[in-house]
Amino acid sequence: MKILTLWSLFSTYLLASSLNIENHAAQFFSSGHTNNWAVLVCTSRFWFNYRHVANTLSVYRSVKRLGIPDSHIVLMLADDMACNHRNPKPATVFSHKNMELNVYGDDVEVDYRGYEVTVENFLRVLTGRLPPSTPRSKRLLSDDRSNILIYLTGHGGNGFLKFQDSEEISNVELADAFEQMWQKRRYNELLFIIDTCQGASMYERFYSPNLMALASSQVGEDSLSHQPDLAIGVHLMDRYTFYLLEFLEDIHPASKTNMNDLFKVCPKSQCVSTPGHRTDLFLRDPGSVLITDFFGSVRKVEITMETINLTDPIEQVEQSPVNGELQKERNSYVDQLPVSEIIHQKPKQRDWHPPDGFILGLWTLILLVFFKTLAFQETAVGSKPPYRVQ
Amino acid sequence: ACSNIRGVFLVFFFLERKLWNLPLLYDFQEELVIRPLHSGDIYASFQFRTVWETDFTRGNKVSHYRLFPKSLGQVISKFSVRELHISFTQGYWRTMQWGQPFQPAPPGAELWVWFQDSVTDVDSTWKELTNVLSGIFCASLNFIDSTNTVQPSASFKPLGIGNVTDHRFLRYATLPREIVCTENLTPWKKLLPCGSKAGLAVLLKSEKLFHSSFHSQAVHIRPMCQDWECKTTSWELRQTLNVVFDLHTSAQGKREWSLFKMFSRTLTEACPLASSSKIYIDITDNPEQFEVSPATPLLSQASVLGDRRTFSVYDLTQQITFGTVRSLNLLIRWKSSEGDMLRPLLHGERYVAGYGLQTGEIHTLMYNYHPYRSFPVLLLDSVPWYLRLYIHTLTVTSKGKDNKPSYIHYQPSKDRVRPHLLEMLVQLPPNSVTEVTVQFERALLKWTEYTPDPNHGFYVGSSVISSLVPSIVAMDTNSTRERPLFSSFFPCKEESSYFVRVYTEPLLVNLPTPDFSMPYNVICLTCTVVAVGYGSLYNLLTRSFQIEEPNPGLAKRIANVIRKMRGVPPL
Repeated sequence: MKILTLWSLFSTYLLASSLNIENHAAQFFSSGHTNNWAVLVCTSRFWFNYRHVANTLSVYRSVKRLGIPDSHIVLMLADDMACNHRNPKPATVFSHKNMELNVYGDDVEVDYRGYEVTVENFLRVLTGRLPPSTPRSKRLLSDDRSNILIYLTGHGGNGFLKFQDSEEISNVELADAFEQMWQKRRYNELLFIIDTCQGASMYERFYSPNLMALASSQVGEDSLSHQPDLAIGVHLMDRYTFYLLEFLEDIHPASKTNMNDLFKVCPKSQCVSTPGHRTDLFLRDPGSVLITDFFGSVRKVEITMETINLTDPIEQVEQSPVNGELQKERNSYVDQLPVSEIIHQKPKQRDWHPPDGFILGLWTLILLVFFKTLAFQETAVGSKPPYRVQ
Repeated sequence: ACSNIRGVFLVFFFLERKLWNLPLLYDFQEELVIRPLHSGDIYASFQFRTVWETDFTRGNKVSHYRLFPKSLGQVISKFSVRELHISFTQGYWRTMQWGQPFQPAPPGAELWVWFQDSVTDVDSTWKELTNVLSGIFCASLNFIDSTNTVQPSASFKPLGIGNVTDHRFLRYATLPREIVCTENLTPWKKLLPCGSKAGLAVLLKSEKLFHSSFHSQAVHIRPMCQDWECKTTSWELRQTLNVVFDLHTSAQGKREWSLFKMFSRTLTEACPLASSSKIYIDITDNPEQFEVSPATPLLSQASVLGDRRTFSVYDLTQQITFGTVRSLNLLIRWKSSEGDMLRPLLHGERYVAGYGLQTGEIHTLMYNYHPYRSFPVLLLDSVPWYLRLYIHTLTVTSKGKDNKPSYIHYQPSKDRVRPHLLEMLVQLPPNSVTEVTVQFERALLKWTEYTPDPNHGFYVGSSVISSLVPSIVAMDTNSTRERPLFSSFFPCKEESSYFVRVYTEPLLVNLPTPDFSMPYNVICLTCTVVAVGYGSLYNLLTRSFQIEEPNPGLAKRIANVIRKMRGVPPL
């Protein structure tokens, strides 16, 4: 009897643990993505928009800390705050007052900076339609198994986001760009976070699948800034991103926090505006989506028991200087300022070009006038008054 | 641990090659020169040199990189580059207060490249090269296009070896607006063999480096001689970083400098991959002016920039340099602030004169402070197309008299296609100021060509003044002897003069800027006028007016109902 109960207990325990393993395995492979990308954009220029650059850099810092490498991050900063001449502490961008946290750091790579941050460049990065000479670090080389995090911050309004005080991107354009990305299979799942005034209007028009969006304020509300620093003289962060950064500082690569916790970040009591989110286009349940699915780059490891035979290492042949070559001529350094050579330099023979439009027109006019006068003279000379024959 | 193993392997490799008397295939040297300046500031110049004997040009693809960074090696072979010089500078070098720098650089970004003879289309190769470099250095070098690229005809001769100099293969561009910050320093540090983990690069911390009066980092790639015969060439990569720390911002006004005060770090070891790792401190004005501690017995003399300077040398490859505390923190303390600085012989200044937003005048002044010798200088000016220069107003005067240049090359600009290029060879008389003036007119740009902050102004790149300045001491012309890196940057062909390049200030000019809110204002005003004017007129013409009875009160309505019931007419 005792043995029977013991055996039944043991078998139920085995069954439970195997189910658990299956659950774990299912969760392990549930998200379906193999790589992570992040596109972080700050769209504001000028020193008093310091907080937008600090917002973007704090998200950059969290994303790097959780594992996404610089080669997979496209960072666009519309102005330089760290080495701005008005910054009392150069090469730093602080997010907390009393200069507690330097989000700029010592190892930062900005891909698009200054005047390069335009609506056109942003849309080209998203859709991948860049000129062929664009370097790799400026491209979003995502595929259909990439999870992309897109973070935008700046000044916005109902249905638009302002880029550098000179142009805007509308929510319709953004939705169309995401649809292009979906049709070109450039993402698996996409998380869109926006921290601007009336941010919720920017995700109203999305219509592509697998998009999740968060905004810092609803339509008709302003997103407010957090706190100024008296030494630097400007506001350092926006409220929503400040509390988002606080939330992300608690996340580590193995944490199991899911999106429902992210939606609770910065309630109305802290943020003054009402953060909003949109999950109807997302296929999975937000409760099963981990934060690290978008903010981190967790490598999935598959353990195998097979043995693999490595090939022998290739013997490195030393490249010794080839002595059997012909006697090369003796090289020498060039004279840096050869005065006599310069003075007697012959002027470059420029290629002959056919005359330009204006000269051609002028010559045509001259020839026309010349021939006209010639013809006129001929007729004047040639025509005699008709003599009456008597 | 990984770099140590690599270091051990490479040390054995070097020893083996030295045993067989073969020239070294790889060599890496690092050096720091500290020069206290007369105003109390301090000038630190880092140089990292990697030499690699290989042939990028021969078509066999180089695939095994060790000390030479792979990104730059691929750039050289793909774009058939013969020489590449790129610099990023924040601040302006004050020649009169600080003397001459070891490696001059203009504010902003500067890029000049010599291509190999095999390149057929230099302009498209140049465009691709600038895009690739903008990705490597995280800078907006992709803004270099035909509107700010020039082809100098006599300046910027190659600094490496070569027999033919056809200026068709040279391109020069400068971006005076380019900002330099940590994002440019990060990839620059990653090109070093030891990174920023060991050796002198440990001192390169951005918070201190950018809190300075002048910061300039550069990469120079050129072919050089391997031995005195100069039959084989090897590629040399020099990464230089010059920084001038200000007395009041970094040292709180006290004339006392130390490595920790300048860089907030001390040195603990040399880079294990380096064959030589040295610190030179300029003590020519010692011992009356200042003292250096810890003291070192090694001294070295070098003739650099026309002067014979004495240096204290600290060899970081020797363990005793670090002493018992295993860390090196040099201390330089000033004792008195007297004494004269050697006045630089050549100096340049530039400014814009005139008033209003239509015309102006560019004045370039060149100072020759030598008491009795005159020497020729080559002035290169590249002015953007939106400042239309009137070359017939070009005047060059020295000491009040007209000074005719012996060589002038002028290429006029073409709107939106190329800038002005003016190159002149001028003889500067001794102890004089030569003034070059040219008038210009400002162009009106199209609405979309303005930057998002047009009221800041538009930059004109620095003028470049290249010259062979007569020197007081004999310069070293032997190019293959072991010399400190800072004295072997510019090749020296004769003993009586040295080559120097001086950059003037960049100019900031205001172009006539439209009011960008005007389209919005015009639309609002016009729509309001149309709505009010036309709307009112339309209403008056098309609507008919009827008199409407006012609504009677409650009492009157009840009375009317009673009256209707009675059959009496209402009120």
